[in-house]
Amino acid sequence: MNSLFYQKRLSRNIGDKFFTSLSVICALIAILPLIFLVTYILFKGGSQITPELFTLEPNPPGDDLDAGGINPALIGTLIITTIASIIAIPVGVGGGIYLAEYSKGGPFSRFIRFGVNVLAGVPSIIAGVFIYALIVSTKILFGSMYSGFAGGMALSILMLPTVIKTTDEGLKLVPNELRYASLGVGASMYTTILKVTLPCAFRSIATGVVLGIARAAGETAPLIFTALFSYYYITGFGDLFYEMGSLAVLIYNFALEPYDAQNKLAWAASFILVLSILSVNIFSRILAAFTEKTKRV
Amino acid sequence: MIKTNKKTPKNIILSLENVSISYGTFEAVRNVFCNFKKGNITSLIGPSGCGKSTVLRSLNRMNDLIPNCSLKGTVLFDGTNIYDKRVDPVEVRRRIGMVFQQPNPFPKSIYENIAFGARINGFTGEMDELVESSLRKAALWDECKDKLNDSGYSLSGGQQQRLCIARTIAIEPEIILMDEPCSALDPISTLKIEETMHDLKKNYTIIIVTHNMQQALRVSDMTAFFNAVEYEDGDGGKVGYLAEFNSTKKIFNSPTEKTTQEYISGKFG
Repeated sequence: MNSLFYQKRLSRNIGDKFFTSLSVICALIAILPLIFLVTYILFKGGSQITPELFTLEPNPPGDDLDAGGINPALIGTLIITTIASIIAIPVGVGGGIYLAEYSKGGPFSRFIRFGVNVLAGVPSIIAGVFIYALIVSTKILFGSMYSGFAGGMALSILMLPTVIKTTDEGLKLVPNELRYASLGVGASMYTTILKVTLPCAFRSIATGVVLGIARAAGETAPLIFTALFSYYYITGFGDLFYEMGSLAVLIYNFALEPYDAQNKLAWAASFILVLSILSVNIFSRILAAFTEKTKRV
Repeated sequence: MIKTNKKTPKNIILSLENVSISYGTFEAVRNVFCNFKKGNITSLIGPSGCGKSTVLRSLNRMNDLIPNCSLKGTVLFDGTNIYDKRVDPVEVRRRIGMVFQQPNPFPKSIYENIAFGARINGFTGEMDELVESSLRKAALWDECKDKLNDSGYSLSGGQQQRLCIARTIAIEPEIILMDEPCSALDPISTLKIEETMHDLKKNYTIIIVTHNMQQALRVSDMTAFFNAVEYEDGDGGKVGYLAEFNSTKKIFNSPTEKTTQEYISGKFG
């Protein structure tokens, strides 16, 4: 008869210990890059933060000159991401609603789901080249070539699959009983979706949208082909149709410059970019927690 | 446009004529003829898989929401076949309300749970009064009059089910369908719901599916006993049919069918 007490030297207990520690080690290694990356950028970029950084234009590269600020790139990133959101959120949420609520799992909806997955896997540079061919090289937008608008469209292609998928999945998590309840009191599909299912799924949809925005805001490759870069302040609506700077492209351009001042500016911009993406992610968590709370009341 | 069936007597509010319902190729229930009387409580009883819930859901076109579900035959309500192509299922569900097996209040306040249905149905009167009278009719007013702004989920299971009944009453339907409304509830809540049903009988026609024969005996005027058998032309699966339909007293005291006798005495089910 085996003793009922725990025996350390039993091979199954040794194996158990070994795999537990192995998975803990792997988990630690997985988190290491994030920790190193964030601290390195905090250290390199955080020291460059000055009030002028947010207000000045970047100076043209040259030795011994002050590099200036990143104001146009900061505003540009905001504008381009906003344009992308304005395009991608309605289309994505609408498409997700179709997939989850109206489609009956036929070939058309299966084709769309498959297409969305393919789109999610398309390298971001391809989205840039596509918009380049569609808008930039054809000058179809009032004769403008590289523009903030084209950049926004390229980023919207990258946001779209995230928004569609999270809407679809969020709506599918809403229990069918609630739909029956609503339809059972004589609500139409439209009222049911608008008043019952969408509010229930709001949390997951909002989280998905915010994550999509965060992903788009950090993209570089599609912007090189579409928005390009600009050193100058954005002063009016018309500037949407000209080259527009963005944090990501500023980092790409200035990190490659041989001058120290520009390199430092790139570090500062990296710091701002990482910080804003981080805070957007945290914001999505807060949003989730907040809507969770109001739902329970 | 509205086809009036002159053969239907006046006190018949809903009648099934040769109704067969299938899910895809699987036939769930076959050739049902049944007349539901106005102002009555009719219960549908029978063993699992006999199609009684399927029949109930077909009465306000809830089956439309299940993919591949199809119905043959006629369901006459107010002289109209509700499966006519021109019929709007939303309008049908406004006049034939439904209470489900699991209590399913909206994730809104108690007040909003009731106001929601009324509002989308174009109710323009005094909403506070409607909420109060609906809750009173569902025997829930005294328990929740002080917390109308609390979530519907804060109520107990039995209270939630009565909230669902109140929500259905608020849209003033002519018929209320109940799909095993007490199966998820404890005996005391069940009793309360049965009392509620007795009160509702004055104004509404109620059709209830129940697994509980004592409940059918307690609450209903008429009872329909459904059974399932294997048909020779079928694919081997059992197909439901209406075995016997009579007053509840007759069904429980002197059923004409042998299977009914066996079912109510608990020999199968």
